[in-house]
Amino acid sequence: MQKTVLSGNEAFARAAYEAGVQVASAYPGTPSTEILENIHQYERIDASWAPNEKVALEVGIGACMGGARALVTMKHVGVNVAADPLFTLSYTGVRGGLVLVAADDPEMHSSQNEQDSRHYARAAKVPMFDPADSQEALDFTRLAFAASEEFDTPIMMRSTTRISHSKSVVTLGEPVEVLPATGLTRDAKKFVMLPGNARIRHPFVEDRLERMAEWACDQSFNRIETGQGEIGIITAGVAYQYAREVFPDADILKLGLVHPLPKRLIREFAARYQTLYVIEELDPVIEEQVRAMGIDVVGKERVPICGELTPGRLRKAFDLPMETPLAGEEGLPPRPPNMCPGCPHRGVFHALNRLKAFVTGDIGCYTLGFMPPLSAMDTCICMGASIGNATGLSKVLEAEDQQKVVAVIGDSTFLHTGVNGLMDMVYNQSPATVIILDNSTTGMTGRQDNPSTGYTLSGEKTYQVDLEALCRSLGVTSVRTVDPYQMDETRQTIREEMARPETSVVITRRPCVLIKHDVLENKPPLFVDAEKCTACKACLKLGCPAIEWEPGEGESKGYAKVDRMLCTGCGICEQVCKFGAFGVCS
Amino acid sequence: MMNDKVTNILMAGVGGQGTLLASEILSEVLMQAGYDVKKAEVHGMAQRGGSVVSHVRFGKKVYSAIIPEGDADVLFGFELLETYRYLPLVSPRGTVVVNNLRIAPPSVALGQEAYPQDIPAKLRGQIDDVRVVDGLQLAEKAGNPRTVNTVLLGTLSNLLEPAEEQWLAAIKALVPEKFLQVNLDAFKLGRMVK
Repeated sequence: MQKTVLSGNEAFARAAYEAGVQVASAYPGTPSTEILENIHQYERIDASWAPNEKVALEVGIGACMGGARALVTMKHVGVNVAADPLFTLSYTGVRGGLVLVAADDPEMHSSQNEQDSRHYARAAKVPMFDPADSQEALDFTRLAFAASEEFDTPIMMRSTTRISHSKSVVTLGEPVEVLPATGLTRDAKKFVMLPGNARIRHPFVEDRLERMAEWACDQSFNRIETGQGEIGIITAGVAYQYAREVFPDADILKLGLVHPLPKRLIREFAARYQTLYVIEELDPVIEEQVRAMGIDVVGKERVPICGELTPGRLRKAFDLPMETPLAGEEGLPPRPPNMCPGCPHRGVFHALNRLKAFVTGDIGCYTLGFMPPLSAMDTCICMGASIGNATGLSKVLEAEDQQKVVAVIGDSTFLHTGVNGLMDMVYNQSPATVIILDNSTTGMTGRQDNPSTGYTLSGEKTYQVDLEALCRSLGVTSVRTVDPYQMDETRQTIREEMARPETSVVITRRPCVLIKHDVLENKPPLFVDAEKCTACKACLKLGCPAIEWEPGEGESKGYAKVDRMLCTGCGICEQVCKFGAFGVCS
Repeated sequence: MMNDKVTNILMAGVGGQGTLLASEILSEVLMQAGYDVKKAEVHGMAQRGGSVVSHVRFGKKVYSAIIPEGDADVLFGFELLETYRYLPLVSPRGTVVVNNLRIAPPSVALGQEAYPQDIPAKLRGQIDDVRVVDGLQLAEKAGNPRTVNTVLLGTLSNLLEPAEEQWLAAIKALVPEKFLQVNLDAFKLGRMVK
């Protein structure tokens, strides 16, 4: 069989192909995004971006009702959005196999919380695999489709950043040649979850979990690795790799299926040791269940509950000797992420800062508007929250403060779950202002298309949501569109709409500088005439990575300079300079 | 014969510098040479001009994709400050290959903090083998300033077992035809830095 190096996400995609998946749907979310981007290469799979995770799962369920195998992927917080269909899908079960990949982000490399998706598997009574590397991502996912059909259940795959975005050597399998037959099959008792039918399905779900727990005791994905017999460790997922590295001589029960747990196997294993450790990332999900079986274990009293595990953190947790590290220098200048040079969001946040707006924020590149020197974001909770938050805030403010409340949300996030918030804002007559930062892409996750961009996942042209018409149809009477590169017009428009005592929408429209479609005009970079620069530093308040301060020596106060390699020529620095010091390179 | 020792390469740079392609080529070469290889990196928010780190580990059998703290054999840096930042993760017996490039982080660009002076000397104060590469200069000599990452790979290749032909084969496999020759030239120029 062919060997290759694959990331976990590439392996999930490959598994879908090998398993004969016909439909894949997702909303982008780090670290899960690349699964669908990779599935796109397999022609027999219909892969598409949905406006949100709930829709993605519902599309997957539909395909599965039609007899096809379906894959649905999302980041951990996406499961919150998709939880509604998930919990009832657990009752209906499947026709074609359905697998949901939930990618957790321990350490919050690119997320707002580090919730542990294993709780969802337990709460929704859905089995869950927890692969430890790309090979297992491939093997377990393929197996999950078969088990989904055998046990009549959706199956969750848990990934984490270190599974999704790590590469390791994988032996590929053979793709199935014949895809399942699809078509309409009426089975109302199974798929119409009215109380009468659901009451029949619930005992089935409980029985299914018991059968799977027993089945899992004898499957190779739950295995015991025998060491020197002194220490016993129960572990799963990526934590297994760290446990293996730090305790090379330990006996390890490595769980591939983390829900339901193989109780008989755990009892047999636990009986051999005086001391039993449970090593798992994030919450004590395995630990608490093992304790509930009456087995004493050492777990979260040593292993950190917050952040991701690393071999070093594990060594420290167990007081194992560590090499003395080289001395680093304290207080090095940090390098946080920043909006790109030429980012169309920059001027909007500069304006919001100057207008002293109270900004309810949302999830996207523009959340970086929080960072100094723009410093123009006051809240950020979850996808779509900005608008509801603004409505709620306005309800408890005096008229003068109500005017300061501005919700900012990107085009993709607005269509994800912001539309509902705006519907409520208009319906319940909140006076807040909403800015839709329309950069024609889903930027933060790597520039994916969405229903307002006019392109599909495969890059084909499609229908395009008319954001202005959508807002008007919800009842917003004042919808204005501006080019955020025009600083004065943008600020003036926002100021007027903030003053308006009813819901209003400003759409700032300008494509992302990294956009995939060829719509950008190439502009020459700018330069600073050091003679004209008065060292007022107004341009530095833009926080553009292409502008750097050159400190002065002696009499000189210093001056700003532009990095030609980085500058996109957007020209907003030229507009904030009152002294005409910026010019365009010829 | 391959022993059981796992070799660890920690890559550090600034989002957008093209560390990804370099780590792809590196992993490909090592896999073709018969090693078990693992590589860990973070996408998403960190890409936006922030500090980025990749871990590459290879040997007979690799478990964790993340390098244990203080255990990096090679610190492979694309920018001076980012290389210096991760020094505590390197083994005292390790080697540093660093691009002689300074990119100002926001606080320096705003004139609020100073960029640390003389980073190569500071590195040499703690590590014996520090190789400073004028990546941009060599990339321009190769014919394209965007081939800095391949130049740096060339210098790194001197520290690793695979032969030059194996590296060139991996570059051929992963670099688009249009940019192939300039990347092959860039690699060879980098390999001359020892």
